[in-house]
Amino acid sequence: MNDYKNDFPLLKDSNIIYLDSGATSQKPLCVIDAEDEFYKKYNANPYRGAYDLSVKATSKYNEARHEVAKFLNSKYDEEIIFTKNATEALNLIAYTYGLDNLQQNDKVVLSIMEHHSNLVPWQKISKQKNAKLEYMYINKNFELDKEEIDKKITKGTKVVGILSVSNVLGTINDIEYIIKKAHSVGAKVVVDISQSIAHMPFDVQKTDADFVVFSGHKMYGPLGIGVLYGKKELLENMSPFLMGGDMIEYVYEQSTTYAPLPHKFEAGTQNVAGAVGLMTAIKYIQSIGYQTIESIEKAISNYAYSELSKLPYIELYCPKDETKRSEVISFNMKGIHPHDVSTMLDFSHICIRAGNHCAQPLMRYLGIDSTCRISFSFYNTKEDVDNLVIALKGIYSKFEKYIKVAK
Amino acid sequence: MEQFDDMYTDLIMEHSMNSPNKKNIDSPTCSLKGHNPNCGDEIELEVKLDGDKIEDMSFVGHGCAISQSSTSIMIDTLRGKTLTEAKNIIAIFLKMIRRESLTNEEKDLLKDSIAFENISNMPARVKCVELAWRTLDDMLNKKNI
Ligand SMILES: Cc1ncc(COP(=O)(O)O)c(C=O)c1O
Repeated sequence: MNDYKNDFPLLKDSNIIYLDSGATSQKPLCVIDAEDEFYKKYNANPYRGAYDLSVKATSKYNEARHEVAKFLNSKYDEEIIFTKNATEALNLIAYTYGLDNLQQNDKVVLSIMEHHSNLVPWQKISKQKNAKLEYMYINKNFELDKEEIDKKITKGTKVVGILSVSNVLGTINDIEYIIKKAHSVGAKVVVDISQSIAHMPFDVQKTDADFVVFSGHKMYGPLGIGVLYGKKELLENMSPFLMGGDMIEYVYEQSTTYAPLPHKFEAGTQNVAGAVGLMTAIKYIQSIGYQTIESIEKAISNYAYSELSKLPYIELYCPKDETKRSEVISFNMKGIHPHDVSTMLDFSHICIRAGNHCAQPLMRYLGIDSTCRISFSFYNTKEDVDNLVIALKGIYSKFEKYIKVAK
Repeated sequence: MEQFDDMYTDLIMEHSMNSPNKKNIDSPTCSLKGHNPNCGDEIELEVKLDGDKIEDMSFVGHGCAISQSSTSIMIDTLRGKTLTEAKNIIAIFLKMIRRESLTNEEKDLLKDSIAFENISNMPARVKCVELAWRTLDDMLNKKNI
């Protein structure tokens, strides 16, 4: 038993073995309480009321924004835009920056590992603007190597989309190298840190990223709150995304001027309780410390990798080099479909993800339909891994006799 | 793993791993693809009609044990039936999956397909078990037969 499980009401004293934190993490009590407290003590429409309660709600919201800005080390608070999730943030970038700036024959370069949310919007905008969409492919080790990056990010590239960690393969990408390369040809870089931010810090100034997105719910925050970071000069020159209340300055019958950052991109009443929950999640991560988090998680995921490697009927889809691998491990059991594996693990209360993980182009590139995916958090233990391995052995022994018949 | 035996019965496992119906048939009257985008299950049904009777049926494709065995057992259940009979049996099967109670007569019509009764307790797998049945149902409805 790991003490951190006690921080999470759903895991504490429960028989659930949760190995799907990459889909969404469980929530610590402090985050649940923070949202609860907001509704009990501060709830009012932010920015819209002149009375004290509304002012308090506004100040909680601004405090959350400031906390996120510090967390990412952004220069200005107004570089932080709250969204519903990473998907909305990525659509915002494609539909404003992409639509405004891409010209015919410009190139958009994505990695083949991108989640559909950083791929489908670019497909749509590229088609609309007659721009070219190209992919950086992974090598045999499931990694994006420098040669491939150099080959694809060339003159004419205007936008590069890259995830910091693959939600399927766990591959850690060399974001600083990609950004340097992209900037050398005049391209802007959209970094999707959804899958890494629960495990390792991200510094927008040190990396010089142009846009950064993540969802709060994968880093112990509540569902329904996400973040877009953009460099101030970029955001200032972009068209707004959604139109409506709070994002305007003057509205006439036939024309409108827009509010300054960050409000220009936050139309309508915002999820303030979610922002407060996210701020609390950040403080929770910081109270444990990324170093502690990383050391616990590395030990567990390396243990899982080595235990799974021992099973001859398991094929792993992740980098062998542990320094290139985050807390996600994809695998298949020979002859058994991932959905059957997942259903049978569920009989032992083990939650894993099975499917294409919103990355169909990657699956097609790998020549498979789906994988089983486990993903770890510091609340997981070696015992969780042991239980997984026992259950997998049990599944294989049940299936084995039928698999032999098939051959 | 008692639940395993309830769900992955010998019959289901044999059909999923070693189905005699997984093949192409000679000059099928029609064929139709079915797809579950979330799981990637894909099947293609081939039907050979003799008047309004299903003379033969087969499938190709890939997916989980539930989708593959359900397809194969459906084929056994409906082979030789008229189109009207087939539509009726499909409706009964879908009713079973929705956990509505069936009369003994209806249960008899389902033959081996009754093996999937327990899947109705697993909402996450309903799409897999229904794939072939819905695909065939669409085909019958589209053809107005
Ligand atoms: C790498 C990556 N990007 C983007 C997303 C999209 O996140 P959301 O569904 O919260 O918008 C996910 C999660 O599903 C992800 O893993």
